[in-house]
Amino acid sequence: MPRMILVRVAWALPTLLFVVTLSFFLMRAAPGGPFDLERPLDPAVMENLRRIYRLDDPLWRQYLTYLTALAHGDLGPSYYWRDFTVAELFAKALPISAGLGALALTLALAVGSAAGAFAASRANSAPDLIVTANASLGVTLPNFVVAPLLQLVFGLWLKMLPVGGWGDGAPSHLVLPVLVLAAPQIAAVTRLTRAAMIEALASPASRTLRAYGLPRRVVLAHAFRAALVPLVSYLGPAAAAVMTGSVVVETIFGIPGVGRYFVEAALNRDYTLAMGAVLLVAAAIIVVNLLVDVAYAFIDPRMRLD
Amino acid sequence: MTDAPVVTSSWRRAATRFARDVPAMAAAATLILVTLFCVLGPWLASTDYDAVYPDYVHARPSLVPHPSPDEARAALDLVAGRLRAKVAEVVIEAGEARVTLQAARPIDVRGLAYFERSDAFAAARVIESRDDGRTLLVAAPLRPIWLPFGADGNGRDLLTRMMIAGRISLVVGLLGCAVALAIGVTYGAVAGYAGGRVDMAMMRFVDVLYALPFIFFVILLMVFFGRHFVLIFVAIGAVEWLDMARIVRGQTLSLKRQEFVVAAQALGVKPGAILVRHIAPNLIGVVAAFLALLTPRVILLESFLSFLGLGVQEPLTSLGVLVSDGARHIEDAPWLLFFPAALLTIILYALNFLGDGLRDALDPRGR
Repeated sequence: MPRMILVRVAWALPTLLFVVTLSFFLMRAAPGGPFDLERPLDPAVMENLRRIYRLDDPLWRQYLTYLTALAHGDLGPSYYWRDFTVAELFAKALPISAGLGALALTLALAVGSAAGAFAASRANSAPDLIVTANASLGVTLPNFVVAPLLQLVFGLWLKMLPVGGWGDGAPSHLVLPVLVLAAPQIAAVTRLTRAAMIEALASPASRTLRAYGLPRRVVLAHAFRAALVPLVSYLGPAAAAVMTGSVVVETIFGIPGVGRYFVEAALNRDYTLAMGAVLLVAAAIIVVNLLVDVAYAFIDPRMRLD
Repeated sequence: MTDAPVVTSSWRRAATRFARDVPAMAAAATLILVTLFCVLGPWLASTDYDAVYPDYVHARPSLVPHPSPDEARAALDLVAGRLRAKVAEVVIEAGEARVTLQAARPIDVRGLAYFERSDAFAAARVIESRDDGRTLLVAAPLRPIWLPFGADGNGRDLLTRMMIAGRISLVVGLLGCAVALAIGVTYGAVAGYAGGRVDMAMMRFVDVLYALPFIFFVILLMVFFGRHFVLIFVAIGAVEWLDMARIVRGQTLSLKRQEFVVAAQALGVKPGAILVRHIAPNLIGVVAAFLALLTPRVILLESFLSFLGLGVQEPLTSLGVLVSDGARHIEDAPWLLFFPAALLTIILYALNFLGDGLRDALDPRGR
């Protein structure tokens, strides 16, 4: 077990290096540069800018410069948001995205596992069918469809919630984005919990518990343990994706999170910011996968042997 | 069935299982209907998907053809204004408007071309000319246009645009899957069959690729290399093959230890031939089941790109473009969001059920 974690950690570095290298050269291969505006800059200004940001250096030297800075924990200055470093931008935006994501995941876990357990305890009954049908709808509906529909209903028709904006994190501004972020996760958690618990409830262990005459609540609680492994392996990557910001949700609701930087940075050729965003997501995925592996060992003792 | 022994092949059994699966069959029927709707629809529609009708901007959905009497009247006033004349009297019946135009000076008959310029009328003709041409009785046939789902902000028919968008989504879904299939199956089969160090290295590479933020890479590709139609599905396919490679590798690993493969090896068949002849046919079931679940993902990714404005470009359209357009107009024209969102949901929902059904039918052990 500790050895496996060591191996994982050892692999993280080359993986990150690969991600950095690939995205660095891909970005530079693209036509256009960060300072190309609709009205071209004065050549002298352009020359100065390029010199300051070292865009005149040969590509391999720029790459080495970037790597060296990165090794010192420096993500560099943003090319588009002058006077801001990438780290500063992330420091502002990441807590917002991560906070929204964490709320959404908590909601998904609470609602999804309850709905899944409920459906599993009444498998193939009418309530089960309703839950399952809703869950497949939740998995299917794209968030860019759900978001405007919710805006329409709660924002424009019922006038209960603001249509968009951040409002410095006021609770009323959080509801819709969190709901949209959580919807597909709720659906997925419901499906996973239901499938795992149906299997567990049919197992000899559950039959024994029932034979002892234990209350249904206790039997369900035992069966729920079986759902933990698939839940953890699903929620890990989901957490990495949700907490690093959703492009769609942040664009539609006008939330100043990291997700928006993805597209904006690519469109603006903001090399360092785009690289930072890629790095952020890659690091999140790697860390989360590691955590998932550790979590397995706690949930399921059989997995400690490997 | 003369002298051949009655054998129920595994394919036949899978088909029977599938036919008994009601949701999957319903999904298949829905998909066939949607495909027919999208493929044949544009030929039957009364409008072109890129035809612009400035008179009908944000027209509401209705089953009655445009122009309505009110719209015809408004259009007539505009035309009369162009002719420097006034509308004295209008009778609209039997799909034709009979208008009496009056002006201070004789009306130039060539100006009747303005009737045709309007979206409401076809070519007009003079029936009677009085007062030295200062009063004209003109007959202008109405040009009926059906906009059952309403019109968008440019006055284009939403129904035809949805059909074209559906075509794009389905085609991208199929082609994107084909790309993912080609890469994933080849990669997975080679890794699984080669085994050992080659397998280790190849799958390690896949693990590394999993850490890439793929959406970001597709966005980069689209931004950098132009928003070309071919690139859309190539880019999507190029990032969606990882799961396929893993599944195929696992299947190949177990297949290659089976007797018929060992027999082929003993007979001296070359590895490439074994892969094509013996391994590949046995992968079809698993791959087909996975493909049906991959298709909605590809369609979703394409809509997502189009939603961000990185997918297909105007005047061509896709469901993602329509949904994003509708999202911008939810206040004044909510139907622009409802109908495309409904079509996208129907397609994705049906594909998911079809995928589940296929997986249950072809790969009973899977999950």
